[in-house]
Amino acid sequence: MSDLIEDAQPGMNAPEFSVSEISGAVKRVIEGEFAHVRVRGEIGRISRPRSGHVYLDLKDDRAVLAAVIWKGVAARMKVAPEEGMEVVATGRLTTFAGQSRYQLVIEEIAPAGMGALMAMLEKRRKALEAEGLFAPSAKTPLPYLPEVIGVVTSPSGAVIRDILHRLRDRFPRRVLIWPVAVQGERCAPEVANAIRGLNALAPDGPVPRPDLIIVARGGGSIEDLWGFNEEAVVRAAFESAIPLISAVGHETDTTLIDHAADRRAPTPTAAAELAVPVRAELLAALAGLEERRRRALARGLELRGRGLRDLARALPRPVELVEAPAQRLDYAAGRLPAALRGLVQGKQIALGRVAARLRPSDRVAQQARRLDRLAGRLPAALRLVTSQRRGRLDAAAAGLRPGLLARSARDRAVRLDALARRFGRATAAQAAGWRTRLDALERLRQTLGYKETLRRGYAVVRSGARVLTTRAEAEGAGALEIEFRDGRLAIGGAARARRDGGQEPPGQGSLF
Amino acid sequence: MSDQKPVDNMSFEDAMAELEKVVGQLESGEVALEQSIALYERGNSLKAHCEAKLKQAEEKVAQITLDSEGKPTGTAPASGK
Repeated sequence: MSDLIEDAQPGMNAPEFSVSEISGAVKRVIEGEFAHVRVRGEIGRISRPRSGHVYLDLKDDRAVLAAVIWKGVAARMKVAPEEGMEVVATGRLTTFAGQSRYQLVIEEIAPAGMGALMAMLEKRRKALEAEGLFAPSAKTPLPYLPEVIGVVTSPSGAVIRDILHRLRDRFPRRVLIWPVAVQGERCAPEVANAIRGLNALAPDGPVPRPDLIIVARGGGSIEDLWGFNEEAVVRAAFESAIPLISAVGHETDTTLIDHAADRRAPTPTAAAELAVPVRAELLAALAGLEERRRRALARGLELRGRGLRDLARALPRPVELVEAPAQRLDYAAGRLPAALRGLVQGKQIALGRVAARLRPSDRVAQQARRLDRLAGRLPAALRLVTSQRRGRLDAAAAGLRPGLLARSARDRAVRLDALARRFGRATAAQAAGWRTRLDALERLRQTLGYKETLRRGYAVVRSGARVLTTRAEAEGAGALEIEFRDGRLAIGGAARARRDGGQEPPGQGSLF
Repeated sequence: MSDQKPVDNMSFEDAMAELEKVVGQLESGEVALEQSIALYERGNSLKAHCEAKLKQAEEKVAQITLDSEGKPTGTAPASGK
C-alpha cells in the first residue's frame, strides 16, 4: 500500500481507495497504535441488551468515546459499571468499519471515584438542604380535589398523555399545560419560568390559576434530567405557593426538584394519582352516606314512635283512675248521716248536764236585792256631801276683809314718793357734774386755740379771708389785715379794725 | 350547629367531612328530635353540594401560549389525547 501512497500525485490524479481499503487502512493504524490503552472518564449512557454485552459511553466535558464490554469480560467484573461513575478503563481500540465508528473494547474497568457530575450534584443538594429548601415544614398539603391542574412538561410525548389518561380515569379535571423543554440548556430556565408563571396567574383572570402543579418528565440519563437539578428550578419549586408534585424520570431517578416539591411521584402516572381522588369511589362513598343518613333519621323516628306507643300502653285508662276514689267517696257518704246523728245526740247530752247545774232565777233575785240596798243609801249620802261643801265655802267667805287691801295701797304710794325724790336728787347731781366737765373742756379748748398765741405777742396777717405766711404773699396782696391780741388792724384799703374779732371765723361775717 | 358555614362556599372535602359528621350524629341517636331533623336537612344540602362538585367532572385541557420572552399570552386547546 505504501507504494500507492508514494506514487500519489496531487489533484485529480490521486490514486483511488475503495471504502473498504481506506477503512482497512484506518483499522490497521488505529489497532496498531492503540492496542493497549488506559482511558479515564465518566460512564455516560449505558445499555445492557439481552445479548449480555454491555455498551456504554465514556465521556469527559468535551468528548465521548463509545465502548463495549463483551459478555465474558462483563461477567468477570467485580463492580458493575453504572452511569455517572468515574472509571479507568483498560482495553484496545478497534474500528467498526460497517458504521465508520471506532470504539474501546474494555478488558478491565475500575471505579475512579464518584463522577464529577454526581459530586457536584451532591454538593448542591447539601447546600440547598442547609438553606432549608427541603425542610418537611416547608411542604404544603395537596388539595383534596383540585379544580384546575397546571402541568409543566413537554406538550408532546408520553408524559402528558399518561397524566391526562390517568386523570380521565380517576376524575376528569381542567388541565392547563405550560409547555417547556424538558432537556437541554433551555430546560431549567423554562421550567422555573413556568412554575413562577402559573403562580402569577390571577385567581379570576382569563387563564384560570391552577390549585395544583405537576412538573413532569419521562425517564432519561442523568444528563437528560440535569435541568431538574438546576438551582433555579429547585428554588422556583420551593417558592411555589401552589402545591407542587414532581414527577421527573423514573422511580430510581432522583433530582433535586423532588426534594423541594411538596410531593414526589415516582412516575407521571403516579403524579396524576396523587393529584385527584377517584370520582367513582367518592360517588360511592357519598351514596353510602346518603343511605346512612336516610336510615338514621327513619330509625330515630321509628324508635321514638315505638317509645311513644309503649308509654301510651302503660298509661292507665281514665275510668280506672277514678274508680277507686269513687268507691271511697261512696263508702264515706254512706257513713255520714249516722255519724252526724251520733254527734248531735252527744252534744245534747252534754248540754243537758251543763243546763242542769244552771239556775238563773236565784242569781237575778240576789243582784236585785243588792241593788235595792245600795239605792236606799244614796239620798242620805248626797245630802251629807252637800252640807259639808257649803260649810267650807262659808268659812272662806268670812275670811275675806277689804281693809287689808286699802292698807297695802297706802304703803305702795309712800314708797313711790321716796323713790321719786331719790331720782330727782340723783339727776341734779349728775347734771352739775356734766356742767363742771364742760367748763373744763372749754378752758382747754381756749388754751389750744391761736388766740392764746396772740396773747404772747404774735400776730396773724390776712388778706381778705386768706392767711398770709410769707413776705412774698404779703407783697402781692392789695389790702392786709393784722390781728393782734386785742383786735384787728387794716393796712391799706378800707378795712375797719374790729376789737371783738376772733369769735367767728374770718369771712363769715360777709354772709350777713 | 351554630357555626354552620354556607354550603355553597365549601370545598368538596369540607362538605364531605361535615356530611360524615352529620350522619354520625344522626346515627348515634343522642340528639333531640328537632335537632335531628335540622341535621338531616343540613345533610341534604351537603349531599347536594358534594354531588354537584362530583358532577363538575369535565375534562378541559388547554395549553398556555407563550410569547418570545416566555410570558403567557393566552390558551389554546390542546390535544394531548
